[in-house]
Amino acid sequence: MNYSRVKTLVIKELLAVLRDRRSRMSLILPPILQLTIFAFAATLEVKNIDLAVLDKDGGQEAVELAQRFRGSPYFTNVFELTGQPDVGPALEEARAMAVLVIDQDFSRNVAAGRPATAQFLLDGRRSNAAQIVQGYAQQIVEQYNQDLTRRYALPPLPATLAARYWFNPNVDYLWFTVPNLIGMLTMVVGLIVTSLSVARERELGTFDQLLVSPLSPLEILAGKTLPAMILGLAESVLIVTVAILAFHVPFAGPALALAVSLVLYLFSVVGFGLFISSLCATQQQAILGTFTFMVPASLLSGFATPIETMPRFLQIVSLANPMRHFLVAVRGIMLKGMPMGMVLNTVWPLAVIAVVTLALAGWLFRRGLR
Amino acid sequence: MNALAWRRLTAIMVKEFLQITRDPSSILIGLILPVFLTLLSGYSTNLDIDHIPIGLALEDSSPEARDLAAAFSSTKYFKVRFGRDRREFADDLTSGKLRGLVVIPQTFSRDLARADVSVPFQVIADGSEPNTATFTQNYAQGVWQTWMQVRAEGQGGQSDPPVQLTPRTWYNQDLDSLNSLLPGGMAINLTLIGALLTALVVAREWERGTMEAMLATPVRRYEMLLGKLIPYFLLGMGSMLICLSLSTVLVFHVPFRGSLAALSTVSAVFMVSALGLGLFISSLARNQFVAAQSSILAAFLPAYFLSGYVFEPSSMPMPIELLSRLIAARYYVSCLKTLFLVGDAWALLLPNMAGMAVIAAVLLTLTVRNTARKVA
Repeated sequence: MNYSRVKTLVIKELLAVLRDRRSRMSLILPPILQLTIFAFAATLEVKNIDLAVLDKDGGQEAVELAQRFRGSPYFTNVFELTGQPDVGPALEEARAMAVLVIDQDFSRNVAAGRPATAQFLLDGRRSNAAQIVQGYAQQIVEQYNQDLTRRYALPPLPATLAARYWFNPNVDYLWFTVPNLIGMLTMVVGLIVTSLSVARERELGTFDQLLVSPLSPLEILAGKTLPAMILGLAESVLIVTVAILAFHVPFAGPALALAVSLVLYLFSVVGFGLFISSLCATQQQAILGTFTFMVPASLLSGFATPIETMPRFLQIVSLANPMRHFLVAVRGIMLKGMPMGMVLNTVWPLAVIAVVTLALAGWLFRRGLR
Repeated sequence: MNALAWRRLTAIMVKEFLQITRDPSSILIGLILPVFLTLLSGYSTNLDIDHIPIGLALEDSSPEARDLAAAFSSTKYFKVRFGRDRREFADDLTSGKLRGLVVIPQTFSRDLARADVSVPFQVIADGSEPNTATFTQNYAQGVWQTWMQVRAEGQGGQSDPPVQLTPRTWYNQDLDSLNSLLPGGMAINLTLIGALLTALVVAREWERGTMEAMLATPVRRYEMLLGKLIPYFLLGMGSMLICLSLSTVLVFHVPFRGSLAALSTVSAVFMVSALGLGLFISSLARNQFVAAQSSILAAFLPAYFLSGYVFEPSSMPMPIELLSRLIAARYYVSCLKTLFLVGDAWALLLPNMAGMAVIAAVLLTLTVRNTARKVA
């Protein structure tokens, strides 16, 4: 390999991306914008819940129960229904996420020591939210029960577990989303820079010129890989800085471990990008190919849904996904203070993925020469 | 519309149809991608968490402690690995092999008898994955509550709580997350066809200069717009039907309680707004690179993150919640979930359709204006 030739190619590639103001902007602005918007959007927390209350009892204990829902920080909009016929439409038209129906004789039953019943109707269209809201409601009722037991001197109830969380004591969702977005946005940049640049050159015919130049396929591969690595690394350092300074995500682990993981991650992403572009003849195909890779990669990464709940064959497929390995590492390093040894144990598959994809891309480039 | 205009319109439509059928990438986005995405999201996006891997440190060997440990290992919610000491599990929690840790300390049986200690053991969840962590705590609470109740009954003591809340879920009794995710996923598919595919195709025409050639012919602007809209509209509706049959009958058996007529009407309105977005993007970005990037940025990602497909707009901070109201997919996802799980609830469908129609009208008007300015 001739280093000065590779260097020339690297400089040319960097200039090609950075000289154009529009493509320069498209590398900096969108990732920061996406980080800000999606960090706040991508949350499975449930807040600002609309709750309808139908109090068929009206006694003191019933009013107090409704009052406790009103006082909870989650149920911000609580409104009264006048009768049973209102319940269906309130849920159906999604004016309420849940309806609390307090049965007749509720207060009398409490006073008499008989079980007092209330129903909690949930909108199953929002299945994850429904489960979480149900948890909130149970907590409120359990607390109410504890207070009632004390007030009426009833036999004590089993106490509520004090929930304890490691690595993220307040279960702040942003601490989960932001490290994941680091992985996702780095992938987007790495793929766009590599796959589109080769495809554009193919379409314009300049790639053939590159192939007939004295550069060997290996040198072309290096010349395409390094600029993407440089841009991707600069980009991800920017994103990590924003994550720490603006979102106050902790950084508990060794910085070197993150650097190593990022380099390996970008290598494997760039490998995929070059592999995709070596298969495509036009830009449009490359865009679609990139996209067809990116969607499953983000679905099977453990970001939106945990890997453990996927069927076995998809779990095996996901092992080839660079994002899956990187997300474990980046969350581990930032939130859990994962030590270097454990990080290496997590990210070594990235090196394998990088070697395989780059070798395939190189082989396909060479084949294109004939 | 006179006969000549009609001929021009059909000519453009025929040309677009040929282009779709001859271009492998249109077939890929229009037909293969919907199938692929529906199957993939159907199999992969499962939010119903069970068999959470946890560690259980049994530091007390009394019969009560062993009984509680057995209660944890017998539910389907947990996959328990037993140990004698909590320190055995620290590394596996850090590496993510375990999602939680139950510690039954040496003092367990002694504290269980005392009135002043409310809970004699600890449950620690891995907060780095908040959703799983919340479920871990909720399930652990359930195990503990049931165990104490069984114990109280065994000892003859009454421990029924005074107030009993019966939760009941409407429209989706078993709270199967697939039932709400798959209908929402159709919005993603139609966004891809409407916005990404159209933006790419039209941007390519600008890039190659064939658009100018078209505009120089006697074709009117609205004829060209319609000629482009109709074929892609039909492609979108076709792929909507593919998604529908995959999700309901062929593979996943999600219930469909609405009518096909209502679904088609709602989808038609959404499709126009998605096409409007695609045409608008391509009228701004005359090259494929920028068109691809902006349609992913302005169409696909918002449809994924801000539509209510997975994440709830109502839980987002106010500015972002307001932003999500500008996304047509948000109204469509709401309609889709209702059509699948509730039925033809027009009181919900109509306002949402109005929202999509307004967005479509604005985008198409802007596109017509933009195209005019470019030619001038």
